[in-house]
Amino acid sequence: MDFRGRDVVSINDFTLEEINYILDVAEGMVPAAKGEEVLDLIPGKILAMMFYEPSTRTMLSFETAMKRIGGKVIGFSDVRATSTAKGETLADTIKMVEAYADVIVLRHDREGAARMAAEFSDIPVLNAGDGAGQHPTQTLLDLYTMRSELGYLRKKSIALVGDLKYGRTVHSLTYALAKFGANLHFIAPEALQLPPEVVSHLEKRNTNFEVHEDLSDVMGEVDVLYVTRIQKERFPDIEEYNKVAGAFRIDTDSLAGAKKSMIIMHPLPRVDEIATDVDGTQHARYFQQAFNGVPVRMALLSLVLGADLGVLK
Amino acid sequence: MRKELKISAIRNGTVIDHITSGMALKVLHILGLDEDPPTSTVSVIMHVPSRVHSFKDIVKIEDRELKKQELNRIALLSPHATINIIRDGEVAEKHHVRPPREVVDLASCENPNCITNSREPVSTRFKVIRKEPMVLKCVYCGREQDVCVERL
Repeated sequence: MDFRGRDVVSINDFTLEEINYILDVAEGMVPAAKGEEVLDLIPGKILAMMFYEPSTRTMLSFETAMKRIGGKVIGFSDVRATSTAKGETLADTIKMVEAYADVIVLRHDREGAARMAAEFSDIPVLNAGDGAGQHPTQTLLDLYTMRSELGYLRKKSIALVGDLKYGRTVHSLTYALAKFGANLHFIAPEALQLPPEVVSHLEKRNTNFEVHEDLSDVMGEVDVLYVTRIQKERFPDIEEYNKVAGAFRIDTDSLAGAKKSMIIMHPLPRVDEIATDVDGTQHARYFQQAFNGVPVRMALLSLVLGADLGVLK
Repeated sequence: MRKELKISAIRNGTVIDHITSGMALKVLHILGLDEDPPTSTVSVIMHVPSRVHSFKDIVKIEDRELKKQELNRIALLSPHATINIIRDGEVAEKHHVRPPREVVDLASCENPNCITNSREPVSTRFKVIRKEPMVLKCVYCGREQDVCVERL
């Protein structure tokens, strides 16, 4: 499979076979991601990080990933220090940056920014989140985590909990899980349920899915509980927020009745949707999940830069 | 005897027939004929009984032949419309509008946070995902949306 020069804008641009191939390559990256091996797959290559919005995990794990495979990193994470503050368009910035680097990682506050950037750029553009749109590398690391924990995803029962309307990780992940043939449960207050275009996509694909407003409806049957943050600013008044946030909070009591093998994931940062006493249970996987961003992004960067992967075990 | 004003056949120009009933004024709007009056006569006939669809609207524009780009715009509002180009009182050309597979640079995206609604040098692009009623999907932000005359 040849990924050289390819953009990573939306998970929908990839077939199931391609996704599985990326995850296979990521598995081979784990020793180097942990620092147990040293790789020099892409000597001299430069990654330009263009972060128009704040990020901790995505930015640091991309930077670590590039360095772990032998590349170098340039970039910005504060728009105020760039020409954007003087009114430069994203299109112009992209045309300039492509002359300085071999691959671009872009996070932007507007939906569709990565698709447009990819059209203007001759070097690969990796979407690290575009507004409320797609976040395909997060999706890939989520899939990697599920696949490595469960073995396969077909017919597995996966519940997505929290803000399903605005949460960008949820939309990308839903599309991908539909491709893998998982059984999906969507648990959210009515005001934060999935947008209609995502629902119509699932219906077209004949995906097996159910919508719930109460977490306890599915606790006993799910293999994965994927929890997302409910943002305060989505609610007109604080009391309504407190009510909803409380109802979707996971603590050790709410896990009574869950399968022993059930895993809890979260794209992080969490605020209080998962109590810290859950961290020590056999279910918690969110910190492992955050680490998995490194091997997955190492795999993507190696693939789009055309690295020779023959040295991987 | 009472004097009646009848809409007669035109000698040169364009007749847009089989417009979805109620859409004639919107067709005038997207052709810019409501804001920028033409130098010749434009006739609008609404709610005419039709054999194919129970009612239809008709627009007759004298001394102006519509261009292909304009036909595409009409297809967005009225997928069954036919365009007759009239020369010397005869039908010189007849076209059926066909909903395009992709709509480029014709409509703006309803998502205010879409990159196409910023000052970037990029045209809007939509995939037509349903033809009747027409539903468009923005290639950039992915938002599915109806065709809204204000955004054409």
